Amino acid sequence: MTRDAHVPDHTGANSLQLEAVTKTYAGVAAVEAVDLDVRAGEFLTLLGPSGSGKTTTLSMIAGFTAPTSGRVTLNGRDITAIPPHRRNMGMVFQNYSLFPHLSVGANVEFPLRQRGVGKAERRRKAMEALDAVELGHRADATPDQLSGGQQQRVALARALVFEPALLLMDEPFGALDRGLRERMQLEVRRIHQQLGVTILFVTHDQQEALTMSDRIAIFNQGRIEQLGTPEDLYDRPASHFVATFLGESTVLTGTAESGTLTLDSGQQVSVGGHSVTGPARLVLRPERLRLDPQGAPGPSLGGRVRDVVYLGADRRVEIDTEAGLVIVRLSADVAAPRSGDLVHVHWDPVDAHLYPAA
Amino acid sequence: MNTVTRARPPLIVWGAVVAVMLTAPTLVVIPLSFTSQRSFRFPIEGWSLQWYERFFTESRWVGALMTSLGVALTAAILATIVGTLAVIALGRSRIALGPVARGTLMLPIVVPGIVVAVGVFGAYLRWGISGSFLGLVLAHTVLSIPFVMIPVTTALRGIPETVERAAAVLGANPLRRFTQVQLPLLAPGLVTGFVFAFVTSLDEVVIAFFLQSPRLRTLPVQMYSSVTVETDPTIAVASSLVLVISTIAILVPRLVANSRTKRLATLTKEAAS
Amino acid sequence: MTIPARWAVLLLLPALAMTGAFFLVPIGDIIVRSFTEPVVGLQVYERLFADPTTWRVLGRTFATGALTVLLCIALGYPYAYLMTLVGPTMRTILIVLVLVPFWTSLMARTFAWISLLQRDGPVSALLAAFGLPGVTLLGTLPGVLIGMVQILLPYFVLTVYAGILGIDRRLITAAMSLGANRFRAFLQVYLPLSVPAVIAASALVFILALGFYITPQLLGSPQESLIAQVIGVRVERLVDFAGAGGLSAILLVSTALLLGIVGLVFRPILRALGLSRAEVRA
Repeated sequence: MTRDAHVPDHTGANSLQLEAVTKTYAGVAAVEAVDLDVRAGEFLTLLGPSGSGKTTTLSMIAGFTAPTSGRVTLNGRDITAIPPHRRNMGMVFQNYSLFPHLSVGANVEFPLRQRGVGKAERRRKAMEALDAVELGHRADATPDQLSGGQQQRVALARALVFEPALLLMDEPFGALDRGLRERMQLEVRRIHQQLGVTILFVTHDQQEALTMSDRIAIFNQGRIEQLGTPEDLYDRPASHFVATFLGESTVLTGTAESGTLTLDSGQQVSVGGHSVTGPARLVLRPERLRLDPQGAPGPSLGGRVRDVVYLGADRRVEIDTEAGLVIVRLSADVAAPRSGDLVHVHWDPVDAHLYPAA
Repeated sequence: MNTVTRARPPLIVWGAVVAVMLTAPTLVVIPLSFTSQRSFRFPIEGWSLQWYERFFTESRWVGALMTSLGVALTAAILATIVGTLAVIALGRSRIALGPVARGTLMLPIVVPGIVVAVGVFGAYLRWGISGSFLGLVLAHTVLSIPFVMIPVTTALRGIPETVERAAAVLGANPLRRFTQVQLPLLAPGLVTGFVFAFVTSLDEVVIAFFLQSPRLRTLPVQMYSSVTVETDPTIAVASSLVLVISTIAILVPRLVANSRTKRLATLTKEAAS
Repeated sequence: MTIPARWAVLLLLPALAMTGAFFLVPIGDIIVRSFTEPVVGLQVYERLFADPTTWRVLGRTFATGALTVLLCIALGYPYAYLMTLVGPTMRTILIVLVLVPFWTSLMARTFAWISLLQRDGPVSALLAAFGLPGVTLLGTLPGVLIGMVQILLPYFVLTVYAGILGIDRRLITAAMSLGANRFRAFLQVYLPLSVPAVIAASALVFILALGFYITPQLLGSPQESLIAQVIGVRVERLVDFAGAGGLSAILLVSTALLLGIVGLVFRPILRALGLSRAEVRA
């Protein structure tokens, strides 16, 4: 799914920077020396497993948590010490957090009320925002009368009604079922393209990140392992962690020396120009593998097909090789093997990623 | 886990006996207030409204009722305010003082009334405020604070912290968060706490007894004095009235615990699932 | 949203200041007086402990408390157990009924008992019908016990109920399937598991019973005063704050010791029963 380059450029306006931001709790670093430069109008996702520091980072951007060290700047202004209610950011939470005692309309008017907007103007803007998420007709309902998806749309309207500098989204679709989640993802993308607002999105769902983001920052143990476009991260993972976090890959371990990897299981495969020496991990993306005849050039592994799963546009083939289980994705127009067949898995050394083993 | 199994007859009978023992005796005071004799004899002999007349015409009785209501109302208001502030401080901050403060504020429940009464009496004598309205109000307030803190703490726990975070990030400063978000959501708990404080003060005898003066006599103290000195069925009138007032007061939160609490409950349940 | 420490302390201040000034200080004051009036020393306590009346009163108070606990167990345990057996509607009714004493005025209730327990009153008539003629309970220990039990039963029932809610009644069925009859099963399986709840409830009732003043004053006889009444008399008649302070200190220390002992005893019992519960499940 390609992303169009239509992202309005506000030339430095509404851009956020994190400089060496660190957060420690009792000597343990939840976030360690994170540098981040969020471009105006972009959709940036903070992706990572739970405990990786992405939520803490968002919390520091919002102002709920104070960094132990480092700076947060917005539009060139140091906001590190500024409390949340003066940072002019919109935020959407996983559990919607609508005010139960207020109607939907009053909920959306809330941020405008804090900013001293007059009653008539408030109403107008709130209705506009609700219409944008197609819930204008429910302005007088109370949150408990709405479904989860509807509540989240109201939360979105509420977060955007005052045209904030930044929209923060903290795993907003975690509580929704899959179909609804996908619809909301598209809705948010639409809003992003329409308004051009800078969005900072936190999730642990890599599929979600790949779908929605202009850029992704992958968090691991408090640090950003890699920052780049989805294509960058997927095709050129900078580390073993990134390679295995995104997508499904086969990982083979062994010892590398001058262009050859001797796998733990004994076989040797050429790894081309990789300069890694010593204990190493080879990461193979399933789409980059082919089932060629035995004699074909390039590194290969032989094995027997364990299972073939038909996935519509392609097939997922599990192969038991001498080096272990290998996953291959074949497009539908290539001849499919059958369970039990003897096959040879081939790949181009360029398509394989080699990393030193820790 | 615990299925509804058959309860055997002996157990049911025993339960019924206990239930009757708990509730029925108190109801005796109501018919007693209508007796035509100057006695506490039950069942009553003859019906009359003379004791009601007495109650509402004799200044010592009506005055005592007014004093009680005044003290209870004032103490309840004070206790609700300071108790709520304390609950918010304890529930939304992490200070070392926290557990100690909570324990201290809850102490009045466990300390026997007589100890508090003689202590306060002694202190008030020294400070020269024994027999003063304000003195009694303050003593009752302190006694009522725990009864405010319990329902308000429960209510505060029912507000998800992200609701307050949402309010903050959307632009509400701490004061506005309190008035526009926390307070409306705490309201049912506040009402319950207020009622508990009111009933606690209304009913309190021992401290009020020791702090009394000719001008400061609450209804329970008047009843206590009356019953030890004479056989005056007006006390049955007083008892009935207090019974009715307390019952009405207790029912108020039930009615106020309205759609708002239900709404909040539905939302928190959804979000947690 | 976390409140910074400065503000939290500010919010706590009014409540703490009031509790300090109108509760802690006065109680602390009379206790201090017990050590300093007329001169600094333990003479107040020497006097109190040398006086046989003090011991008699203490003994009587503890005995009354113990009897109250026993009555609460007899009346309240089955009630609490019944509460776990019935459906939701009935349970709510039972809870409301047990809470009625909570909000009905203490004076009203005590007065009701005065009327019921007096000479030739309905209770005397009832007892006569059961073969005990001419018995008046007003001014006697049983009379006081009746009043105290009515007041303390709600505390007992609710505490036990909260504690036994977690016991799985299928354990009784399991025991019965292994050969025990219903009664045996209840006795050897359910009852032991409910012991911690009963202990907690009993401790609560006992501690509260120690401090009773109005009930024994109005339903008992002056010759059989409890410690709270003695404290009251000291101040009311003798204006002896030091003595009252001393007795109060003794009362408070007994309460604290009791809480401490129950706490210490509780944990091993809980642990032991936790083990046996796991064994029974296995």
